Amino acid sequence: MSLMTPLKKARGLGSAKDGTHHWWVQRVTAIALVPLTLWVAFCVACMVGEPYAFVLSEFQSPFNIAMFVLFLFTAFYHASLGLQVVIEDYVHHEGLKIGALIGMKFAIVLTGFTAIFAVLRAAFGS
Amino acid sequence: MGSELKSLRTRTAYVDNPVKHLLNLYRFNICIMKTNNRPLSPHLQVYKPQLTSVLSILHRATGVVLALGSLLVAYWLGAIAAGPEAYATANALLGSWFGKLVLLGWTWALFYHLCNGIRHLFWDSGVGLDIKTTYLSGKIVLAASVVLTVLLWLVA
Repeated sequence: MSLMTPLKKARGLGSAKDGTHHWWVQRVTAIALVPLTLWVAFCVACMVGEPYAFVLSEFQSPFNIAMFVLFLFTAFYHASLGLQVVIEDYVHHEGLKIGALIGMKFAIVLTGFTAIFAVLRAAFGS
Repeated sequence: MGSELKSLRTRTAYVDNPVKHLLNLYRFNICIMKTNNRPLSPHLQVYKPQLTSVLSILHRATGVVLALGSLLVAYWLGAIAAGPEAYATANALLGSWFGKLVLLGWTWALFYHLCNGIRHLFWDSGVGLDIKTTYLSGKIVLAASVVLTVLLWLVA
């Protein structure tokens, strides 16, 4: 028998277990991604069909490097928040859910860091 | 079943004989158990697809597709970092008809998720939640995602 009040039992047990932080960060990253995505997408479109030297030169301007790195960081962060909600919605087995969440986060961090370091290497040479 | 439940609930509440009261309570519980055997929560397939629901599902679907496609972005950036040969290989792969098809789908998913995301941000601030505006903004989002996709491929 538990002596905890129903309120005490319920506290901290929302679906995400972390209050409104997840919700807020998802919105803030979404707002940041609007200009970042448009810039990066059309910047990449301009590189299509151009010689390698031109593509590399695009990664020389500090502003472009900043936009690409910020885009990648924010986009992968936003993706990990979104995929977390999808997994929490559809995977009901507790062990599978935790495994899927950890695996997803690891994959996102690995892919994200690889992409960011690729941009930095293109920018600063090897 | 609903009216039977209602009359049972009324009878259970106002009876003065304790035995009768327990009996009614028992019947009431059996009745609830019977009702609970029905599929209570309607599932996706019983609803007629509407613009609002389809766009909502598409938002999540494109989000997952974009996350998977981010592997391609990482590969392409890695090829640039690796050198001219790797970049040429990546270009040949992504420039093939299949690569272009994947990229076309991915760019539309990107712009759809972007536009519908802005729609969601308006909703989050309490703007445009009535049915008429929701349908209008949905159509605008669809049109804008196609326009942006075409624009990007014209630039490329």
